Amino acid sequence: MIPTATPSPPSGARKKIRYSEPSVLSQTVSAVAFFAVLIGLWEYGSRSRWWNPVLIPAPLDIANYIIRSFHDGELLKACWVTIKRLMIGYVIGIALGIPLGLLTARFKFANNTLGVTALGLQTLPSVCWVPLSLLWFGQTETAMLFIVVMGTLWAVLLATDHGIRQIPPIYRRAAATMGSSGFHLLWHVLLPASLPHLVSGTKQGWAFAWRSLMAAEIYVTVLTGFGLGHLLHYGRELHAMDQVAAVMLVILLIGFAADKALFSPWERFLRKRWGLTV
Amino acid sequence: MPLQEELQNAPPAKLVVDHVTKIYRGNRQTVHALEDVSLNVAEGEFVCLLGPSGCGKSTLLNLIAGLEHPDSGELSADGEVITGPGRQRMVMFQEHALFPWLDVTENVLFGLNLKPHLTDEDRAGVARAFLEIVGLTQFAKASIHELSGGMKQRVALARALAPNPQVLLMDEPFAALDAMTREQLYEDLQKIQQKRRKTIIFVTHNVREAVCLGDRVLLFTPRPGKIRAEFKVDLPRPRDINDVEVAQLASAITQELKNLLQSTPL
Repeated sequence: MIPTATPSPPSGARKKIRYSEPSVLSQTVSAVAFFAVLIGLWEYGSRSRWWNPVLIPAPLDIANYIIRSFHDGELLKACWVTIKRLMIGYVIGIALGIPLGLLTARFKFANNTLGVTALGLQTLPSVCWVPLSLLWFGQTETAMLFIVVMGTLWAVLLATDHGIRQIPPIYRRAAATMGSSGFHLLWHVLLPASLPHLVSGTKQGWAFAWRSLMAAEIYVTVLTGFGLGHLLHYGRELHAMDQVAAVMLVILLIGFAADKALFSPWERFLRKRWGLTV
Repeated sequence: MPLQEELQNAPPAKLVVDHVTKIYRGNRQTVHALEDVSLNVAEGEFVCLLGPSGCGKSTLLNLIAGLEHPDSGELSADGEVITGPGRQRMVMFQEHALFPWLDVTENVLFGLNLKPHLTDEDRAGVARAFLEIVGLTQFAKASIHELSGGMKQRVALARALAPNPQVLLMDEPFAALDAMTREQLYEDLQKIQQKRRKTIIFVTHNVREAVCLGDRVLLFTPRPGKIRAEFKVDLPRPRDINDVEVAQLASAITQELKNLLQSTPL
């Protein structure tokens, strides 16, 4: 209950308890060792032709490609194009999704119309919007953004709607007796009270946006910018599998880093305040 | 407004409930939660509303709080008709209703932040003072989920007292706590009431609790919700729930309640 009040067991008792975890250092060392051996085997396997290195390129070749394209700026430029699209689309999706979610939670009519639409469109993989998007916007940045927004918007809208609905009515009543109403109630009670849902909803929206943007970039060439998906696509066309594998690695790293940077702080806050594990 | 002035007690208010009726109309049935209830509460009086579940006592509390509106009749505080929730009447609920996204101090500050004409320093000072009154100074920065049930209700009490209301409305605030914690809180509440005289309406279904805390105990019976009897409690304070006098009066009221309930079958 009280963090300071939990007594640490006497050292004599600790030895008897077998389920004590190994230290962080030894856990890290064993994990690193595992991957080192794996990559070593992979490298060795490619070199000694256990498989065709064109199909599964060796780790050193992949590293080589990354260093080379890093130097000629190709990789960084593609990263930037992709991240920019993702961020702008994602921000638009959230900026639309949260207010619309508030609207559907508040008004029956909005829920019966927009809410139902959202529920339907959320099940549609947003890469399915590519043909229409190209028709409407041409081979432009807008077409790409549209696909990202469609990936984000519905998930965020539904999460907001759901988050607002599950707020215990007592919070509203307590806030009302203390003189909170209107915008104050929304900003200081309703939005924070639905934070656990908002975090998981925006996280889901992020995942959808990221996947659909990659699909769109592989699928469509846009003349205004050459993203990671295009790099992947042309890697295949040129049979440069080291390029394909390297770009896959970069995509994975960006997704991982974004998850840590965007969501970890919120999840830490939820754990600390609510005592929730998300 | 300087801190000292803010920490001085607001004069308690007089409450008048004038022929109030409240009906809930559902699809299947209509419930007369309150029928023609009238009640006068003096400034600084501690009134306990006692009765079985579903007798309308919580409804009356919500009406006084301004969270609900009567179907007929009128309620007023210090001569002003109650039309909605107001800072002068703070409510403590059975569930603590603390906000989990705020820490202990921020919860106490919630009502204070909505009070105009105060500097942030004053607000912080007031919050500190009330956390000290409820004995939680050490837990000022704790998260709500880290507190025990009794501590949560103490924070809720501090939060309700901090904006310096004239009236404190308490809806079975200790019902979910264990007996020992509850007894401690009876003592605390009486001490606070001596220090900072408020008009208190306290809803309970526990007869001993009502006798231990109230200056006056009003007995409610359900369907329709009505005040059926009234008992003045003239025992000296502070009272303990285990005092013989408290127990004696409580058993007399219990007997009365049984008689009343037999005449109106549930």
